Amino acid sequence: MAALTINGQTHQVDVDPNTPLLWVLREQIGLTGTKYGCGIAQCGACTVHVDGVAMRSCSVPLSAVAGKQITTIEGLAQNGVLHKVQKAWIDHDVPQCGYCQSGMIMAVAELLKNKPKPTEADIDAGITNICRCGTFQQVRAAIHAAAASA
Amino acid sequence: MNYIPKIDRRSFLVGTAAVGGGLSLGLQLPFGPDVVRAADGSPEVNAWVVIRPDDTVVIRIARSEMGQGSLTGLAQLVAEELECDWSKVTTEYPTPGQNVARKRVWGDYASTGSRSIRESHQYVRQGGAAAREMLKQAAANEWKVPVSEVTAEKGVITHKASNRTTTYGKVAEAAAKLEPPKEVPLKDPKDWKIAGKPLKRLDTADKVNGKQQYSMDFKMPGMLCAAIKESPVFGGKVKSFDAAKVTGLPGVKKVVQSGDAAVAVVADTWWQAKTALEALPIVWDDGPNAKVSSASIAEQLKAGLDAETKFVGNQQGDVKAAIAGAAKKVEAVYSYPFQNHATMEPMNATAVYTPDKCEVWTSSQNGEAALAAAAEAAGLPVAKCDVHKMLLGGGFGRRARSEYVSHAVRIAKEMPGTPIKLIKSREEDTSNGVYHPITQCKLVGALDANNNLTGLQMRISGQSILAVIAPSRLAEGGRDPIVFQGLNAGGTEGQIGYTIPNLLIDHAMINPPIPPWFWRGVNNNQNAIYLECFMDELALAAGQDPLEFRRKLMTKHPKHLAVLNAVAEKVGWGKPAPQGVYRGLAQQMGYGSYVAAAAEISVTGGNKIKIHRIVAATDCGTAVNPAQIERQISGSFVYGLSALFYGGCTVKDGRIEQTNFHDNNSMRIAEMPKVESIVMPSGGFFGGVGEPTIFVAAPAVLNAFFAATGKRIRSIPLKDHDISFA
Repeated sequence: MAALTINGQTHQVDVDPNTPLLWVLREQIGLTGTKYGCGIAQCGACTVHVDGVAMRSCSVPLSAVAGKQITTIEGLAQNGVLHKVQKAWIDHDVPQCGYCQSGMIMAVAELLKNKPKPTEADIDAGITNICRCGTFQQVRAAIHAAAASA
Repeated sequence: MNYIPKIDRRSFLVGTAAVGGGLSLGLQLPFGPDVVRAADGSPEVNAWVVIRPDDTVVIRIARSEMGQGSLTGLAQLVAEELECDWSKVTTEYPTPGQNVARKRVWGDYASTGSRSIRESHQYVRQGGAAAREMLKQAAANEWKVPVSEVTAEKGVITHKASNRTTTYGKVAEAAAKLEPPKEVPLKDPKDWKIAGKPLKRLDTADKVNGKQQYSMDFKMPGMLCAAIKESPVFGGKVKSFDAAKVTGLPGVKKVVQSGDAAVAVVADTWWQAKTALEALPIVWDDGPNAKVSSASIAEQLKAGLDAETKFVGNQQGDVKAAIAGAAKKVEAVYSYPFQNHATMEPMNATAVYTPDKCEVWTSSQNGEAALAAAAEAAGLPVAKCDVHKMLLGGGFGRRARSEYVSHAVRIAKEMPGTPIKLIKSREEDTSNGVYHPITQCKLVGALDANNNLTGLQMRISGQSILAVIAPSRLAEGGRDPIVFQGLNAGGTEGQIGYTIPNLLIDHAMINPPIPPWFWRGVNNNQNAIYLECFMDELALAAGQDPLEFRRKLMTKHPKHLAVLNAVAEKVGWGKPAPQGVYRGLAQQMGYGSYVAAAAEISVTGGNKIKIHRIVAATDCGTAVNPAQIERQISGSFVYGLSALFYGGCTVKDGRIEQTNFHDNNSMRIAEMPKVESIVMPSGGFFGGVGEPTIFVAAPAVLNAFFAATGKRIRSIPLKDHDISFA
C-alpha cells in the first residue's frame, strides 16, 4: 500500500510498486487527463509534475513517487481559475485533436516556472513533446502569450 | 499472383452498403404529433437541428472529429442557414445505429479523403435552412401572419409590423410538427456571417483541463481491460499459447484468442493485461511471408519499373516517339517507403456483448464501418448493435480501419455482459499496423532542341490499396484509379497541372504482403515527390528556372498556376534570398483543392537542414473556417515533414522493424519551420483541406535541398541519407 498526494488529495494505492505512475493515475485514481502515448518517455503525453518537476509518468514507477506531491492536468487550475497556460491555450485555439495537449500544457507550465520569459531557444530546448497534428505554431505563440500575461 | 494480406475487407466495404438503404438526408420528417425527440426530450426540428426550450441549438454532426476541425466547420454551415445564435450552439454525434434505423437520414459518416465538409456541405446547409423556415412558419402560425412577413436572426424571430418577437426555443415544439419546405435555396457564400469566418473551435475547453474523453478514457462499471498481440509476421497465425503461465498473475481474468492471428489477455487493468501478455508464451505459425524483407520488396518493385502493364492512368500523344526523338533525355528512379500512422492515441475500443445486443465505444473515422465490423464480430444483426463515437486522438486514415473494433467485440463475446476495453500498445500499433503504400517510380523526360518538354513517361511500380482492401472498387480490368492521385488528365479531384503533349503515366501493380492503407494524403504523397522533384530535374536539364519552366506548361491550368504564383511571390522567388538560404517549390492538386508550397532552407555540413519557413497556398474553392484551414496547413507539414525526415518503416523476416517513437520518430517544436499560409478560395466549389497541403511539403524541401547542395535525393526518409534537422 502506497500513499500518494495527487492534486492535493491523499490516495492509498494497492498495486504492484513497479506499476508506472501513468497507469496508477489512469486506472487506480481515475484521472484520465494524463495520456498514454508511447510508454517509453518519448512523446510526453503523460507529463505530470512530481514535486514541481515535469516528469513523464509512463516511466516513473509508483515506488518512486510515494510521499511526493503530484500535480496532473486536472489539478493545474487553482480554485476554479485556469492556469495562465490553459488560458493562453484557449485564447490561441491551440489544440487540434488535443490528445497530446495535457502533457504539452504540463511541460509548458514547468518551463514558464523556470523561465518566466522564455526565448525561442528556451522553448526549443524545453518543449520536446510530440504532437502529430502539428499544433507547434500555435503552441509557440501561446507560450509567449502566457509568459506575457500576469 | 502475389499474396494479398487478409484484412478487414468486409467491414470496409460494408461501411456504407450493408448498414442501410436509401439516403433521406435529414429533411424528411414525421407529421402530426409524432415529434422525434432528442435524449433530453427536446424536439428535433429536423435530423440536423434540435432546439431546447432555453434556446440552445444542438447541431447533429455525422462525421468524425479527429482534430481537423470539421465538427466546428459543419456546425458553422448549419448555423449559417439556421440563422441561430452561434454562442448557443452545441453539437452531438448521432450513432451509426440510429442512422441505420432512420434510413441513413444523416448520410455518410466517414471522415476520410478530406470529405467531411466537401461532400456534405449542401445537405447540412439545407438541413439548417429547412429548420429555419419551419421555425419561422411556426411563429407566423402563432401570430396568424404570413411567413413572408417574419424574419429570423440570431435565433430570434421578428414580426416587424406588429413589433412582436419570439425565440427559436419557444417555437421549436410547434416547428417540429410542420411539414418541411419543398425547396430551400441556400445563401451565396459571399453573404455568410458564421460560415467562412475564422471562428474558434467548439471543442477546445475540455482539451486544456483533462476533461475531454477520448475512447481511451472511457470507463464503465465492471469493465475489464485487454491487451492484444497479433502475429508479428503478416499473414502468420497463432499456433498455440500457454495460458496457464499467466492466469495466476495479478488481475488476470482470461486469455483468449481473437481470430486466427491474435491473442489477448484480459485483466482488471490494462497495465496488468499488458504485463501478463508480455509473459505469455505464444507459438506462431509464421506462414508464407517470414522471409520477406525491405530488400526483397525493393527488388519486386524494381522489376515492375520495366514490366508490361495495362494499367494506364493518363496518356496523351505518343510518348515513345517523343523520347526517341528527344534532343535531351532525362531519366530518374524515385521511391517512397511504408509509413506508420502513429496517431497520438493508440487504437482502442470498449465493447459489451450479450446475445441480444452489442455496443461499442470507440474513436473511429468511419462509424458505419465500425458498426458493420462490430455486427460481424458479434454475429448479430446490425439492428442489434451500435457504436458510440468518441473524439479521436488523431486519425490520419488509420481509424477508417476497424480491426480494433472486431477484436474488442470478439474478446467481449468470450465474456458476455462484461465491458471489455481493448487497447493496442504503441508497439503493436507501430509494428502491427497498416501502412502507407510502397512504390517506386521511373521517370523519363524528353526535351527538344529548344529545351521544351515534349514528352514525359512515369511508370509507377508498387502497391494498390484498393486491390488489397476493396477489389470491387477497382476500375476496368483491375486498374486502381487512386494510384494516379494528382496525375489525372481531368476531373475535379486530382488533375495534373501541366500540359505535356506526349505523356504516359501507368502502373505496374505489385502487392508485397505488408497491408497497405490510406495514410493522410495517400498516393499524392509520393506522386507529388516524383513529379515535382523531377520537374526540377527537367528544368535543370533545360537550363531554366524551375518556376519559369513550370509556368510554361501550366497556361491551361490557371488554378494550379495561381497557387504556385502566390507562393512564389510571397517567398520572394526570383529575388535574392538571405545569405545561405535556398528555395524550392512544388504544386499539386488533390482532394479537389489546389495547393503549392515554397520552402526556404539552409544546409550546414552538407547534411543538416534548417527549414526557415514554408509558404503554403491552398485554393479550396470555399473556405468554411480560414483559421482552422491555416492550422491544418501547418499541422499537415509536421506530419509530412516527420515522414520525410524520420519516417519509413522497414521489413525484416516478414515483420515491420519499427516499434515506437524512438525508431519511428516525429518532429518536435524546435524543428518546426515558420509556416505562412495563403488561403485563397476562388469560389464555386468545395475542396478538401485536411490532406492536400501535406503532399507539397516534402518536394518543396527536397527541391530546396538540391538548390543548396546540388544533391538530388530520390528516396526518403532523409535519415537513410544521413540527413537530419540542424
